[in-house]
Amino acid sequence: MEIPYTTQVRPDTGLYNAKLGIWLFLASEVMLFGGLFSAYVLLRVGSPEGFWPHGWLSVTLGTVNTLILALSAITTLLAWVACKVNDFRQFKLFHGLTLVLALSFLCIKSYEYHDKWIHYEIHLKDGRIADGHLEEQDEKTVTISGRIIPGDQEQLLYDLRAQKSIPRDEIKLDRSNILKMENYGPRHNTFTAIYFTMTGLHALHILGGCVVIGFLWGPGSRMWKTDHARFTNRIEISGLFWHFVDLVWIFLFPVLYLT
Amino acid sequence: MEKNVQQFPPFREPQAPAVHEEHGHHGHDEHHHDEHHEHAEPGFITKYIFSTDHKVIGIQYGLMSLLFMLFGFGLMLLMRWQIAHPGKAVPLFGPVLEKMLGQMASGGVISPELYNSFGAMHGTIMVFLGVVPLAFAAFGNYVVPLMIGAPDMTFPRINMASFHAFFLGGVVMLVSFFVPGGAAQAGWTSYSPLATTIPTNGQAFWLVGMVLLITSSLLGAVNFIATIIQLRAPGMTWMRLPFFVWAQFVTAFILLLAFPPLEAAGLLQLMDNVAHTSFFLPTGLAVGGRLADISGGGSPLLWQHLFWFLGHPEVYVLILPAMGIVCEVIANNTRKPIWGYKSLVYSALFVGFLSFIVWAHHMYMTGMGQTIATFFQTTTMIISIPSVIILTCLFISLWGGSIRINTPMLFVLGFLPMFGIGGLTGLPLGLAAADLYLHDTYYIIAHFHYVVAPGTIFALFAGVYYWFPKMTGRRMNEFWGRVHFWCSFVFMNIVFMPMFMQGIKGMLRRMSDGGANYSAARVPGAIDTLPDSVMHLNTTILWAAIGLGIAQIPFIINLFYSIYHGEKVNSNNPWGATTLEWQTPTPPPHGNFTVEPQVARGPYEYSVPGAAKDFTPQNEAGGPPAPATHAH
Repeated sequence: MEIPYTTQVRPDTGLYNAKLGIWLFLASEVMLFGGLFSAYVLLRVGSPEGFWPHGWLSVTLGTVNTLILALSAITTLLAWVACKVNDFRQFKLFHGLTLVLALSFLCIKSYEYHDKWIHYEIHLKDGRIADGHLEEQDEKTVTISGRIIPGDQEQLLYDLRAQKSIPRDEIKLDRSNILKMENYGPRHNTFTAIYFTMTGLHALHILGGCVVIGFLWGPGSRMWKTDHARFTNRIEISGLFWHFVDLVWIFLFPVLYLT
Repeated sequence: MEKNVQQFPPFREPQAPAVHEEHGHHGHDEHHHDEHHEHAEPGFITKYIFSTDHKVIGIQYGLMSLLFMLFGFGLMLLMRWQIAHPGKAVPLFGPVLEKMLGQMASGGVISPELYNSFGAMHGTIMVFLGVVPLAFAAFGNYVVPLMIGAPDMTFPRINMASFHAFFLGGVVMLVSFFVPGGAAQAGWTSYSPLATTIPTNGQAFWLVGMVLLITSSLLGAVNFIATIIQLRAPGMTWMRLPFFVWAQFVTAFILLLAFPPLEAAGLLQLMDNVAHTSFFLPTGLAVGGRLADISGGGSPLLWQHLFWFLGHPEVYVLILPAMGIVCEVIANNTRKPIWGYKSLVYSALFVGFLSFIVWAHHMYMTGMGQTIATFFQTTTMIISIPSVIILTCLFISLWGGSIRINTPMLFVLGFLPMFGIGGLTGLPLGLAAADLYLHDTYYIIAHFHYVVAPGTIFALFAGVYYWFPKMTGRRMNEFWGRVHFWCSFVFMNIVFMPMFMQGIKGMLRRMSDGGANYSAARVPGAIDTLPDSVMHLNTTILWAAIGLGIAQIPFIINLFYSIYHGEKVNSNNPWGATTLEWQTPTPPPHGNFTVEPQVARGPYEYSVPGAAKDFTPQNEAGGPPAPATHAH
């Protein structure tokens, strides 16, 4: 006996196997990201008043990334349509576009990560706080491009918009004056922690999607000729996954960038 | 049916020539024994490890999980020694422990740290590497596709990947014993901040291992649900599914939806341990009297919520497949239909749903508000109802049957009262007032071990004895099976019954000296301070546990001896069962059925009046129409 319903639809469920499989998988993914989002809610609710960061992330870059993913959702759909109407050139074009868009999303994301990685909060021995992007450092001095914040106005750190009242400047600091120096990595505070974890997990999903899309665009597309129906199904399945990944971003964007 | 394997095309595997090897490796299929040797021997191992046949994967899972259970049991014996004789070198194994683990077991004595990691790993191994893979993955893989008349699981290669993830997870867990600092020490619940502040890399290994095991369960769950929905044979309607399949179906949904939050929690704790974030670490956390170098702002309770959101449904992952096995064995050996098939099905579904909203009854001690406690007490009391319905249906099914007593039936008859004890002693724990007193004592240890050890594990033994003839074509020895049952039954109770008393007397779990220091410091005559009578029970439990270990030897020998030398079965259906797995050749070839079964009736048509035999297989056409009570 062969395994039935690998490509054709089972009449009473109206699904072929893989389509049911991917929906079940996505259900578990909802629970996975649901767990992380509820962690976000609990951490944010539990943070003391005025100490949850606002405006730390670039809304412009976030918006660009959102548009990129939205566009890629359209191209995946068009690739599937191209499969349905049996137009190989169109399929290659749209699926290739999806891949390019996904990769550019990852590029922008890594730029954002890098931007946080070289952003330092430096506590000075006189109580003031220097906050900005690292320009250069050697054994004796550290140069950042940023602001000096008075020790009694630490809250300013958490609100980038309010910070703008202080002019941005190139600041050269003596290492002997530095009490503690820490970049905006995951350990910096719970916001950066949840930001890196959630977007990191999401980026891993994008990366996984890239592998699958790349495979189906390149070597996997040989199945176009040998088993067209099954190939179309594969495009549909990977498309469902891709739409889910987009959807996660649609939640991540407002939750992390716009608040 | 003919045992004609040659007819089967090796489906979906153009590179695989080895249909015979798939089942030939059990070494019992004499017809193909020669061919088996003709095929290149190196390919044998590759084929065995990279098999996509659900039956081979089921057996792989089965053997692995039995081994892990034995290992977890060994850890427990070492702990019991330490509890009964704190600070004394472990006899026989002491030098070995010292050689393998060094400092942690210097002089062959189990240090408190080692005791803690044994405790954590005993729980982890028994739950995630022992019972769940055996109950869900092993039996589910082997039996479910056969029962629903499917040629295989829907996604055979994902099935293989699932086993490989499981295997890797197991390896990571075992390796963690030998990393600097030793294995995880924060209990199987791995509460933060303890899990982060204990200086060992074992915790990170534990988390990586858990992520792998969760991935494995997830792939398995997707596969099971898709298989049960998509691959039911023609005529196999939902209400004709054997209850075992229903139980696995609900279990798969629980795994699918409850495990991911733990995966999320695991990732967060991994970040805490490796990237030094503070998801679960509160502001102002002091470690060893010094303020920890962390940003703070995290919430330890968040971990507990995420953990128990899995943790409680997990309980039903442990018990539902066991109930499924019990149901099959009871129907088969009472030779009459299961009483209340529909009640069983709806109860299982209801349990599955409710199991998602009871988790905080593990957290009454966290100082939650009255309102929340009330909510979770209510749901906890409600969830006991369907469990009782299931058990009652199974009990009533015995009524009036001419019961065949054989080894699987003995284990099932042992299961019913033992699970009853485990379940009923859980009620006080579901009520906040009683729980505040009993929380974290040996009472709770006794409670959940009654559910899982003489409960679930007995049902799993029943499953092994019951389906062994289908897997190998031979029976396991009946006499030694009974020896195994009676010894296990007696020792099990001597091990766990005294723990109720110890718990009520106030003995806390997780004390590496078994409460000796606490007991020695007591005020004479004060209430609930571990009198000598309670402390002496530790010795009793130790010897009973050793007895329990010895009682498993007949099983181990019986299992392996019977593969080659057991009594051969004279038909494909030696128990006279109705369900489809017995209507295949023995053992079933790759692809399972010679012809696609056409299901014509419900799962438990035993002793149908007017029928020629006292059982009517599900795929037997004609005959009296299926009684409406249990067919539709």
